[in-house]
Amino acid sequence: MARIDLDLAHAYRPHPKADSDYALLPLKMTFEDGGAYALLGPSGCGKTTLLNIVSGLLTPSQGTVRFDGRDVTAASPQQRNIAQVFQFPVIYDTMTVAENLAFPLRNRKVAEDRIRQRVGEIAEMLELNHQLDQRAAGLSADAKQKISLGRGLVRSDVSAVLFDEPLTVIDPHLKWQLRRKLKQIHHELKLTLVYVTHDQVEALTFADQVVVMTRGRAVQIGRASELFERPAHTFVGHFIGSPGMNFLPAAVLPGAPAGAAKLGVRPEYVALAAPDSAGAVPAKVTQVQDIGTYWLLGAALADGTVLRARLGVEQAVPRVGDTAWLAIVGPHTCWYGANEELIA
Amino acid sequence: MKPLNQKAWLLVLPVIVCVAFSAILPLMTVVNYSVQDIISPERRVFVGTEWFASVMRDEDLHAALLRQLGFSLAVLAVEIPLGIVLALSMPATGWKASAVLVVVALSLLIPWNVVGTIWQIYGRADIGLLGAALQKLGIDYSYTGNARDAWITVLVMDVWHWTPLVALLCYAGLRAIPDAYYQAARIDGASKWAVFRYIQLPKLRGVLMIAVLLRFMDSFMIYTEPFVLTGGGPGNATTFLSQYLTQKAVGQFDLGPAAAFSLIYFLIILLLCFVLYNWMQRVGTVDAGAADPGAVR
Amino acid sequence: MKARRFQKRSVFLVAYILFALLPIYWMVNMSFKTNNEILSSFSFFPQQFTWDNYRTIFTDASWYSGYINSLIYVAINTVISITVALPAAYAFSRYRFLGDKHVFFWLLTNRMTPPAVFLLPFFQLYSTLGLMDTHLAVALAHLVFNVPLAVWILEGFMSGVPREIDETAYIDGYSFPRFFLTIFIPLIKAGVGVACFFCFMFSWVELLLARTLTSVNAKPIVATMTRTVSASGMDWAVLAAAGTLTIVPGAIVIWFVRHYIAKGFAMGRV
Repeated sequence: MARIDLDLAHAYRPHPKADSDYALLPLKMTFEDGGAYALLGPSGCGKTTLLNIVSGLLTPSQGTVRFDGRDVTAASPQQRNIAQVFQFPVIYDTMTVAENLAFPLRNRKVAEDRIRQRVGEIAEMLELNHQLDQRAAGLSADAKQKISLGRGLVRSDVSAVLFDEPLTVIDPHLKWQLRRKLKQIHHELKLTLVYVTHDQVEALTFADQVVVMTRGRAVQIGRASELFERPAHTFVGHFIGSPGMNFLPAAVLPGAPAGAAKLGVRPEYVALAAPDSAGAVPAKVTQVQDIGTYWLLGAALADGTVLRARLGVEQAVPRVGDTAWLAIVGPHTCWYGANEELIA
Repeated sequence: MKPLNQKAWLLVLPVIVCVAFSAILPLMTVVNYSVQDIISPERRVFVGTEWFASVMRDEDLHAALLRQLGFSLAVLAVEIPLGIVLALSMPATGWKASAVLVVVALSLLIPWNVVGTIWQIYGRADIGLLGAALQKLGIDYSYTGNARDAWITVLVMDVWHWTPLVALLCYAGLRAIPDAYYQAARIDGASKWAVFRYIQLPKLRGVLMIAVLLRFMDSFMIYTEPFVLTGGGPGNATTFLSQYLTQKAVGQFDLGPAAAFSLIYFLIILLLCFVLYNWMQRVGTVDAGAADPGAVR
Repeated sequence: MKARRFQKRSVFLVAYILFALLPIYWMVNMSFKTNNEILSSFSFFPQQFTWDNYRTIFTDASWYSGYINSLIYVAINTVISITVALPAAYAFSRYRFLGDKHVFFWLLTNRMTPPAVFLLPFFQLYSTLGLMDTHLAVALAHLVFNVPLAVWILEGFMSGVPREIDETAYIDGYSFPRFFLTIFIPLIKAGVGVACFFCFMFSWVELLLARTLTSVNAKPIVATMTRTVSASGMDWAVLAAAGTLTIVPGAIVIWFVRHYIAKGFAMGRV
């Protein structure tokens, strides 16, 4: 269990000049000891690169990585004592489940009875204890991923467990089981966990804090509620939420703060309003969908921009073709500057 | 699950015709000869299984068979480990990888008689580098006069010629192992030997099976290279099965026994092929279960 | 640790490359010497460098015709092998049919048959057909082992193409020939390249059948060289030059398919 401090950047070439030369733009962040973090972002945003730098499989082109204050930038994964779970199960085919789990300990020359005890503990926690003597190669994908995870957990002094989209090959109906198991392990062992994913549901349910990344930049670090309520960047507003935040030019209504270029408001906070009320705009309804627990409304403004709104089932919903007034300026509205970052 | 479609036979027909023409017709001829005594083109007598019996009793044949088995086993014993080690030492990426690949694969594309010729020259004390070097070192070496030297030379020649096949198969097998396995092994603190034993060797199982199958079969059928190098000698020290058969069929024009022997030869290989093929299939299905969608290095 | 491992591996690699190249180097070395020099002195580099041996080969019809003959029947064989193997491989890859496993296995056994077994029957067969001493005879004879190999390799590559592509093409209204030629084959380009490489290789190097079925007109280079050996008085120099020249087509082929070699062997089907 360790606290991880990052102050680094990673470039493709020795002398980076433009932003596009960087795989990871300069960033500074801390993963607290025992915290669960998610690195969330679309493909190619640099999250796996960042994970590999934390684990030691990759050395950053500039900057440092510290574990509990110790500079480990040049240290190998073994020396950092981390564990990593990959996208597809990585197991030793020729060994049984028990031998797989014992492998890291055997390499460290731990005493055999200690090994057996520890393997038993971890197998029990992961619900693998009935399969200990089976050949690892013949098991299902989720069991194999549990073995991969187990190999990481079996070392009692492991500093952090890193996950690189580990649920990719798992059947959908087993995904939630594994996610629940991960949360349980986090609760019991209080390890520092870092989880890479492109699925916001996974990230938001798993982590205490989520790092949202795009194109090599970490644009916001915060709890799920913060990311939802006050996205620090239009990308976060767009990426989080289903559907994402609505964006309109700030000038659509008077009263925008100075320097604001865009206005952002989540469909959850767009409400039906009386005509000509303050902070509302007229829009022609183009789409009304009954999702079951709510209505999803799509309406077009005069300039063609489509606004989406989530309305409760008890509300009277306008029909397609009607003109509706939608309140967009309110306490939950965010204002963004020309650089896409939050001003107010 | 593949759909059942009998019309697929039409697609396979051209292949069957080609191979049947090249294989079945001749085989029928061989079977025909094997049960007849061909005293002259006009006079043929049906003798049933007499040739088969006499072939099985033939002591020269037994000797050739033993020599052949010894040779094939020696070939496997050297080429398989050597090929694996070679594959492990070949670079994985960069221009060096291409260059090494071409150099290593070169010996596979030399016509087999030229292989024999190269070594024939190489091993002579008067005009060959190896022969002259050994002579300078004071070692008594003559592949034409000494049976043991002839054996060793034929073996080294085969190793020189065919190890790259094993190496290339293993090289491809190694490239197919996703990086994540090596990364996980590093994280688990595995030693280099453990990485070989628990990751690389298991993943090479399928490929090695093919290498063993091919090398055994091809070495069992070997003809040209030893023929050019030693002509089967000294005496019949390096006369293996194919050469023995050819001598019988062409040299002595003993068609009946030759045909019978051909069939037995063929059946031996067929049996071994069948056994190894089934074993390969079983290995294949185990591997399929553990296959991963990882990136190729 | 890493530096030491690197050293051990490269030492082995260098040693092997030396082992692999020395005999070839020696032959090339000889090809630039005269017979006199070969028999009288010993050197790593020709003291009297000469192109004479190569000139002999390029001007003497009995020599260069050998190369041309070999290239002709190898080309014919490769074209036929690949052409018939493609539809068959497709059938094995996409469908089940009566006896499919048995036919596949029977094909493989042909690859495993000692050519010596076919020696006499082929001799009689092609004599009867009046095809003795023709390029076609050797090309057809080599089909025995090349067609199964081509089917084996191509089937492996074809199985890697998802069936959805076939289905989409049919839905889009492609006829089977058009789909096969314009969509499918480009997808398995690497496989076709590898199959061509191996067909070329095994046909180019084969001696027994090629020599048995030809005498004058279609005599391949491999036979010409052995004839030289059995003739009185070893013409080592010309022999060395001839040998060197036989390696050239092979080297060229490897160079062109070098990227596919690893991929091809990776299919595990040689």
